Amino acid sequence: MINPTLSRRRLFATGGAVVVSFAIPGLAGRRGDAAASSGPGVPAPDALDSWLEIGPDGRVSVFTDKVDLGMGVSTAFAQIAAEELDVPVRFVSIVMGDTARTPDQGGVGGSTSIAVGAVPVRQAAAEARRVLVGLAAERLGVAADKLGVRDGVVYALDDPAQSASYGDLIGGRRFNVALTVQSTSQNGGVTGSASPKAPNEYKIVGTSVPRIDIPAKAAGAFTYIVDVRVPGMLHGRVIRPPVPAARLVSVGSADGLPGVHKIVAKGSFVGVVADTEWHAIQAARNLKVTWSTQRATWPAMADLYTAMWAMTPTTRRVMAQIGDVDGAMRGAARTIDAWYAWPFQSHAMMGPSCAIADVRDRGATIWSSTQHPHQLQRGIADLLGLAPGAVHVIWVEGSGSYGRAGMDDAAGDAAILSQAVGRPVRVQWMRADETGWDPKGPPVVVSVRAGVDAQGNVLAWDYVARGFSGSGIPAGATIGGNMLAGQFLGLPARGFDVPTVVQENYTFPAKRKTGEIVPWPQDGSPLRTANLRAPSQPATTFGGESFVDEMAAALRIDPVDLRLRYLRNPRDVAVVRAAAQHAGWASRPSPRSDVSRLGVTTGRGFAYAPRGNTLIATVAEVEVNQATGQVHVTRLVLAHDCGLIINPDGLRGTIEANLIQSTSRALKEEVRFGPAGVTSVDWATYPILRAPEAPDRIEIVLLNRPDLPPYGAGEPATVATAPAIANAIFDATGARLRTVPFTPERVKAALADRTWPAA
Amino acid sequence: MSSPAGAVPAVAHPAATAAAPSPPATIRLTVNGVVHTVQAPPDTPLLYVLRDDLALQGPRFGCGLGQCGACTVHLGGAAVRSCTIPVAAAASQPITTLEGLGTTGRLHPVQQAFIDEQAMQCGYCVNGWIMTTAALLARTPNPSNAEVRSALAGLICRCGAHMRMLRAVRRAAQSRG
Repeated sequence: MINPTLSRRRLFATGGAVVVSFAIPGLAGRRGDAAASSGPGVPAPDALDSWLEIGPDGRVSVFTDKVDLGMGVSTAFAQIAAEELDVPVRFVSIVMGDTARTPDQGGVGGSTSIAVGAVPVRQAAAEARRVLVGLAAERLGVAADKLGVRDGVVYALDDPAQSASYGDLIGGRRFNVALTVQSTSQNGGVTGSASPKAPNEYKIVGTSVPRIDIPAKAAGAFTYIVDVRVPGMLHGRVIRPPVPAARLVSVGSADGLPGVHKIVAKGSFVGVVADTEWHAIQAARNLKVTWSTQRATWPAMADLYTAMWAMTPTTRRVMAQIGDVDGAMRGAARTIDAWYAWPFQSHAMMGPSCAIADVRDRGATIWSSTQHPHQLQRGIADLLGLAPGAVHVIWVEGSGSYGRAGMDDAAGDAAILSQAVGRPVRVQWMRADETGWDPKGPPVVVSVRAGVDAQGNVLAWDYVARGFSGSGIPAGATIGGNMLAGQFLGLPARGFDVPTVVQENYTFPAKRKTGEIVPWPQDGSPLRTANLRAPSQPATTFGGESFVDEMAAALRIDPVDLRLRYLRNPRDVAVVRAAAQHAGWASRPSPRSDVSRLGVTTGRGFAYAPRGNTLIATVAEVEVNQATGQVHVTRLVLAHDCGLIINPDGLRGTIEANLIQSTSRALKEEVRFGPAGVTSVDWATYPILRAPEAPDRIEIVLLNRPDLPPYGAGEPATVATAPAIANAIFDATGARLRTVPFTPERVKAALADRTWPAA
Repeated sequence: MSSPAGAVPAVAHPAATAAAPSPPATIRLTVNGVVHTVQAPPDTPLLYVLRDDLALQGPRFGCGLGQCGACTVHLGGAAVRSCTIPVAAAASQPITTLEGLGTTGRLHPVQQAFIDEQAMQCGYCVNGWIMTTAALLARTPNPSNAEVRSALAGLICRCGAHMRMLRAVRRAAQSRG
């Protein structure tokens, strides 16, 4: 800094005095002082310069730790900044996830990028506008309240010829303005002394600005992580043990393996480094490696869910308790119960994980599509024995990752290989590495019991979800052991257990929700578990919303009517009504009265869920071929309330994709495993939904709430698809699917098992 | 847990003896209208030569197994999987990648339709969808919905942008019509 003795706090204490200084060449990547809460060299959240920069040409750069997973948040961030600054969206560039350039906001997860991550960007942009107008007032000799801003030009309202552009006023220089950090959380917001605009003043936020990344992507001109090339770069590939517990016994030599630079064997980590990608692939295939084999300690796949119920929980937490559930249950005229199961699922990322590492004696640079750049910085430092400040992580967009896919693990692989050869190494996993060895979305079993009275009122609801953990491997690779390479080197993972529970707002008079954790071996295993889009909620909502449908069927009540009887929150009611109305839902009990036991039959199903503050309701219409067990989703209708909408078309795109991906998870996806490891390792053995199986129609009803803050939309539309489809299959056939995925075999078994309600 | 861990005899990788790697050869390729001479083992999948030797970014590695289509290029006008075609087998016909189909400012109608429909999430797979669609429409200018879905059945999109991509195909067919 030009004046290191004048601290941010003092600046703020003097009433936000503006000291404009010139950027020091060579320090361009070091904006803002490092606050105690941030790592060395990490831009501090309490400096306006950490969030925003304006060039001499008036172009705005916004800096955020929230990274784009392909859902278009960079466009939304650009809209938010452009709105507050009164510049066109095309003036704004978004710099994401660079540990030397972006403040630590905790990485991406939980649909929080816009809801939480964009808050400081909005505040910083508003503050920057206030400062710029102040500078213009001085320069033009016009009071600030007599100035307007259009397209990045500040002008006198009385005489628009009197003007100064943002580029002229600050271009290339620092603001040196302190912001107040609102909370100690890395995700916490910051504020300046300016007030952001009120929603009724918005001209850019709330409009369908086309995504800024799409033209380059359609032309093949976009740089993904896989396109990063570094001078002197070699290519690496990794070789995994045949079963999780196997240890490395011996590794052959590079003789007969062309182009191999080095074979790296450390602990049970094995990798090859070669001059070309093809040589690395061939070497990994042909290298002789001997492993001690051990049988996996996991249950047989067919016994997984019964084994989970038989295990003794290590954690049991009552997450919600209303009224006297046990007493109400004893007094009930009848009770209903059922249990549900959700399988291991793979992120099955489209582009197998890729990272480039350049590890030298004094520091390392890592290019990665991680969702958590600052955490990865600490994890790589731990893995390599470097100080965190010596590691520079640069995020580059990858394929849609949807949680903790293999990105961080590949970064660990590349770091170990680069350290071994002293040159930059690019690693891209093969398809089997990704689908076979990514951290898996965990299985969940759900048990629900309800007591009802003679008039058909629900008296009590007792819900238990049991999982291996909410996360297993933490979302961020903050230590070396939280990367697969570290685990093969013998470093322990530090997982954490969060009991999972269903989200719903039913006002049953007595209600209990319990989350349980059962133990599961995680380290070095292809069945280690981690966050996969809307972690565990597709499973818990599948249990809850299937059971609501089962209650409605048992009581001979329309399933939407039953929900509306017990939902009181006006937003819940509105989202349920909107979906039902748009779908043309006719009130009647399920299954339909004219169910045929043979041939192709059709039905409709409903499910609703909150995810955080976002609310959704999903209607599925299906066609079931009762001879083959094939289910085709003909139509999905979804009503969506995520508060204030930033970009309606971008939101629709993300919702549509959520619905397709969750239809795929409901109908097709299940990780297969046996004594010798995971056997679903590619698109043939881990099939997902393809074009012929896509629904005929998807219709979305957006409920915009300009009176509310923007809530998350990256995950919520995923969570209620499986129960809506299961409920539609029941409506069509009278057969209840309680285990995901609804494969033809499972559907046929359920059809054979169906019991018919008394007429 | 079921059975406890127990050591069994060691196993070797690879399970079967793989084919011996081939030595490099000089290969002439015509890519996007330009003739290139590359040195590569003839069995190298075309994809790696396009990406690593010619620095093209349109075709991408998705599976290496011909299952997903992310690596699709046109070879003599047909959409093929560059991850499973040996480079030597691609020397005889012109190759077009996404970069050569159209460029920013002079986009192919299919590229324009994908932009107009905002037909992607992450876009990693979109090369396959655009290249396959362009080959389909060159052959069948006005395909039925069923023909479109069937022609695109060999492609994977993990994000689930299918509905928009199907709309983009329809839009492209109409714009060419």
